[in-house]
Amino acid sequence: MSADSGRETTILPEAPPVAGTAGPAAISVTLVVNGAQRQLDVDPRSMLVDVLRDRLGLTGTKKCCERGECGVCTVHIDGRAALACMTLAVAAEDREITTIEGLATDGDLHVLQRAFIEQDGFQCGYCTPGQIMSAIACIDGGHAESEEEIKEFMSGNICRCSAYPQIVAAIQAAAVSAEDV
Amino acid sequence: MDVFAYERLSDRAVAVSALRDDAHAVLLAGGTELVNWLKDGILRPARVLDINGLPGLDTIEAEATGLRIGALVRMADLAAHPEVRRDYPAIPEALLRSASQQLRNMASMGGNLLQRTRCPYFRAEVKLPCNKRVPGSGCSALEGEDRSMAIFGWSEHCAATHPSDVAVALAALDAEVTLQGPDGVRTVPVTSFYRLPEADPERDTVKERAELITGITVPASAVARRSWYLKVRERTSYEFALVSVAAGAELDGSGTIREARIALGGVAHGPWRLPAAERSLIGVRADDSDGLKAAIEDSFSDARPRRNNGFKVELAKRAVVRALQTAAGVAAE
Repeated sequence: MSADSGRETTILPEAPPVAGTAGPAAISVTLVVNGAQRQLDVDPRSMLVDVLRDRLGLTGTKKCCERGECGVCTVHIDGRAALACMTLAVAAEDREITTIEGLATDGDLHVLQRAFIEQDGFQCGYCTPGQIMSAIACIDGGHAESEEEIKEFMSGNICRCSAYPQIVAAIQAAAVSAEDV
Repeated sequence: MDVFAYERLSDRAVAVSALRDDAHAVLLAGGTELVNWLKDGILRPARVLDINGLPGLDTIEAEATGLRIGALVRMADLAAHPEVRRDYPAIPEALLRSASQQLRNMASMGGNLLQRTRCPYFRAEVKLPCNKRVPGSGCSALEGEDRSMAIFGWSEHCAATHPSDVAVALAALDAEVTLQGPDGVRTVPVTSFYRLPEADPERDTVKERAELITGITVPASAVARRSWYLKVRERTSYEFALVSVAAGAELDGSGTIREARIALGGVAHGPWRLPAAERSLIGVRADDSDGLKAAIEDSFSDARPRRNNGFKVELAKRAVVRALQTAAGVAAE
């Protein structure tokens, strides 16, 4: 607001950092991440994305808008695409969490990871882990039938480099190879 | 974000009594709204009570007489349910046009109904006058950006709209919300679940603080089977509605409307039914676009557009005609 509007403008105080510490009212949780049980004390305010990155060292899951809008923090929770920035870590107890690090098997990339490379589905790469997690859910859920449907189901993942045509192409290619299996 | 205690509940009565006895307790279901409120300081609870483990609230029951949706059912699961798609197509269409894949997987149906407005002044990171956020602080939209605001039922205290898409479909299909409170269970039609802003816009709904949404019921009907949801927005996907329409139309053998349902979204503090238009549409041929538009005209006589949202009136009329024709499965003349 401009100064002459006669209204009071208050800047909200910075939220205290909670991610990297257990905090004053820590709760012990067991998270199942990429098939492994991880027990740790977390502040109830900690978001899953911060626990994955700062406590478990899984920095493949990215962090950007922190309000459920951009999709870079997309992981799978119980097999479904979900936003780690909008999930309280304490509420994820005992649920199966899969991150981008959990996709490759014995060093072999997941079919979607290969498709993104083959189709040039990224430029800077920052949104790519989230794109790939959403793309797997898009195909597994049967929503890769058409370009329009892919765009609808991938709209929660924003790419500032605008690699969208290549991302759609990667999903289409992977969906076809998934049918061949 | 202030420190809060986190508890997992397994009993509905405990949830209700916690809300009654502790003004600083809030419920967590999908979290897609609550977590935003916590981050933005819209809510500063001392206790967050996780209700995802409450038994019996995560089922969809589709019977001949109607549909029962548990409050913890996720948007994505309801949208994918085969009988819901067949018998209540406006509901999955509204859900699939909402949010993103990730948010639909997370968000619960009860929480969807309890979303709060996306008014930029209510959500502002810098505190601005907003009677919904801080009662008595004023309404920035009245002198500010009002393009997305209401055209029906707003007051000088608040001109915000409600963002839920599926609530619009539920309102059109005569759905009811089931609430469990300290004194028992009651049901409220979706059409009267949302309040007009009046002088106390901080209250979005008639739900009392200590009431828990346990489910939503939708009666089966011929109009529900012939229903559709049309959402008009500034992006093709992942955007809230400027205007939306849930419509149902049952036709006789000659293509004339026998029964109609219309609810608008993006125009008021909650879904806005057009009962007079529903009556006027009876006897109009569904392929007669001009006839449909003439029949709904009177229902817009009480529209009060603001400085920058007059376009919503004409947009809504055209959207109603298109939604009715899509619902009825006829092409425009």
